Amino acid sequence: MSGPAIVIRSVDKTFNPGTRGEVAALETVDLTVAPGEFVSLIGPSGCGKSTVLRLIADLVAPTAGEIEVFGKSAHQARLDRDYGMAFQSAGLFSWRKVARNIELPLELMGWSKADREARSAEMLAMVRLAEFGKHYPWQLSGGMQQRIAIARALSFKPRLLLMDEPFGALDEMTREHMQSELLSLVSDLGTTVVFVTHSISEATFLSDRVVVLSPRPGRIHEIIDVPLGSGRTDDAREEPAFFACSTEIRESLRAIGAAA
Amino acid sequence: MADQRGPVIIDAAANSRLGSVGGWARNLGLVAVAVAVMVVAWEGYKAIGQAIGGTWPGTSVDLPVSPDDLTMPHTWSILGALFEPVQRGSDETLAVFLLKAAAFTFVEAGLGFLIGGLVGLGLAVLMLRSPLLDRALVPWINISQTVPLIALAPIIVTWGRTTFLGDTVSVALIAAYLTFFPVAVNGLVGLKSPSTEKLELMRSYAAPWSKTLIALRFPAARPYLFPAFKLAATLSVVGAIVGEISAGVRGGLGRAILDYAGRYTTGPEKLYAAVLGAALLGLFVFGMANLAEQRLVNEGEEQPR
Repeated sequence: MSGPAIVIRSVDKTFNPGTRGEVAALETVDLTVAPGEFVSLIGPSGCGKSTVLRLIADLVAPTAGEIEVFGKSAHQARLDRDYGMAFQSAGLFSWRKVARNIELPLELMGWSKADREARSAEMLAMVRLAEFGKHYPWQLSGGMQQRIAIARALSFKPRLLLMDEPFGALDEMTREHMQSELLSLVSDLGTTVVFVTHSISEATFLSDRVVVLSPRPGRIHEIIDVPLGSGRTDDAREEPAFFACSTEIRESLRAIGAAA
Repeated sequence: MADQRGPVIIDAAANSRLGSVGGWARNLGLVAVAVAVMVVAWEGYKAIGQAIGGTWPGTSVDLPVSPDDLTMPHTWSILGALFEPVQRGSDETLAVFLLKAAAFTFVEAGLGFLIGGLVGLGLAVLMLRSPLLDRALVPWINISQTVPLIALAPIIVTWGRTTFLGDTVSVALIAAYLTFFPVAVNGLVGLKSPSTEKLELMRSYAAPWSKTLIALRFPAARPYLFPAFKLAATLSVVGAIVGEISAGVRGGLGRAILDYAGRYTTGPEKLYAAVLGAALLGLFVFGMANLAEQRLVNEGEEQPR
């Protein structure tokens, strides 16, 4: 368990190299994430923050450089199911009841029915939707669906959670509520999180460190430490340190011509 | 990608969903109204046409269809013919005879539907799996539907007779030739319908291709497949009847239609009754496919309206 959770070493990513559609998405990105750390990636559209996430997830391969996840290649980490993933759209399977959505990764891992059902019940309780297991996804609100997606991502208790703007489609109030919930969930489980967001306040509230990316090609512009400590609650949003840190992120984004 | 391979046969979203009990009663009422409208239109045309002497008023130009009883028998004569002996001196009524013929054709059509459905699904999966096969197969699949079935049917039946396959299987193959097409085309669109995020999710679980096919692509394809299945079901009846007629297979509705067309002048009602039987068989298989869709696709997936 010692050693970093993620190491990204001078990674370049170019899409469609050598063709007219060539896009330099990332250039010499270096980043190390410690176990249990919550790191957000923020930056303007097209800065490659989702690409960083997909590289860690081994959904795309780097053009140059290397990525290690828990000391192995990103590819091996994917095959070992070392991470769970959540996207902006909850992406629940409409034909499966809520509990069976949470059980999907467990099914693919060959868990027994009894084990799967026990775990999905546990996860449903964890996201405080215990009574909704037998519902279909359409019967749930957007925020509830996203909680199920998070429960699904965490169902096999991976050490790493990769999230691509998971709350991007939610209204402000639901969003803040979900942020608090996510924070207590992952700190209970000790999960390492890499979180892509557009929102400065979201990045500030959630993260131990915020990585500001500049666009075309995407580079790490600055890494900002968030001095809010662990076990933070909604009150943290009103602390002076919260505003100071938000301002620092905003200044950083402004420096690369991204924030108003 | 859909527009690269010709039209999607039926838009999945346009597929109406009538599942409730109230819906059933309303459907039945609609059918009754539709039948009544047809009967009134038929008899009305006859009555008016005969009253004005079968020509456009004030001219000697014939009406498009002669309103006499030979060309357009009364609806009640057609209905009545169903309960008369199929032949002079026979114990069997025309209705019973047609029911047996419909059962015979139904077996061929059902077998054709199954073969065509499986072949269509298989092709869709192959084309999904291999872009090379996709490009290689699409022209052939499209060309296949431009060859007239009437020309192909006798060849298939002749081949069938030289092998262990009987006429029933031959006619089923003719029906399958029509049914595989919508299933392959719509099936491929359906299998490709899951979003990138859902496919990436399966990849993040290190799910093999086959598991992704079964757990994600097939369920997601159902709203596309079932409209194709409904079309294929009715096409299988058309294919079986055309197959029977062009290959001279006895015992089914196709043969009955051919026979009664030959003896039209002595009893036009029988031809109409046989055509009615074919239409009802088509409706029956369509209804079965529709029922299957309601059970397998509608189940709590979307918000009822």
